[in-house]
Amino acid sequence: MAERATLILHSGEMDKFYSALIIANGALAMGLEVSIYFTFWGLQRLKKGGLAGGRLSAMNLLGLGKWMVKRRMKKANVASLERLMSDFKDLGGRIIACEMTMGIMGVRREQLREDLIDSYGGVGTYVQSARNSAITLYI
Amino acid sequence: MSEVRVDVRGECCPLPEGSEVKVDVCGETCPVPLVETRKALRKASPGDTVIVMGTHPASKDEIPMAVKALGLELLGVEESEGVWTICIRR
Repeated sequence: MAERATLILHSGEMDKFYSALIIANGALAMGLEVSIYFTFWGLQRLKKGGLAGGRLSAMNLLGLGKWMVKRRMKKANVASLERLMSDFKDLGGRIIACEMTMGIMGVRREQLREDLIDSYGGVGTYVQSARNSAITLYI
Repeated sequence: MSEVRVDVRGECCPLPEGSEVKVDVCGETCPVPLVETRKALRKASPGDTVIVMGTHPASKDEIPMAVKALGLELLGVEESEGVWTICIRR
């Protein structure tokens, strides 16, 4: 069985979402099986049209900071979140949406990008995956 | 993507037995070179040679690490004028 990496994305900020997807894609590329659990603010990124919707975790400056960072990222030829997500799915990455967050925030399945989600789960699903993982991260 | 063309038929890449897959990731940054290499390796058949060309410095070391982790054969790594070429046998 391949080694595994299990990530929790609790944050919804753009920079943290980037970190999660870059690490996840790197792990997939190096032969690991990867799952990302989208919970709390992270789950907002799975809403339809929500992929690139997060603010910056620091120096957001009412959106000016995000605009500047996005411009610099474009200049440095950093892949877009859409591309990173598409690569993640192409390489067999799994996405799990937290059902409890959906309950708390009143999010229905039809509001989410169901095409990206492999399953809906709770903490037991995460623990079961994490206990067999070489890498587990909380972002 | 920048237009960089290099002759990859050096000592790095002996004539392959299977077919040959070229991946040009010149100008791309982390994690794209690694990811595109993995995508090409997944598509290739056993025995095929995958030739990756790029400019992202860290990927020149990281792609061989991934090749080792995947249990594949690294045929060679060359660099000329900032463009590296990595040859892998699937």
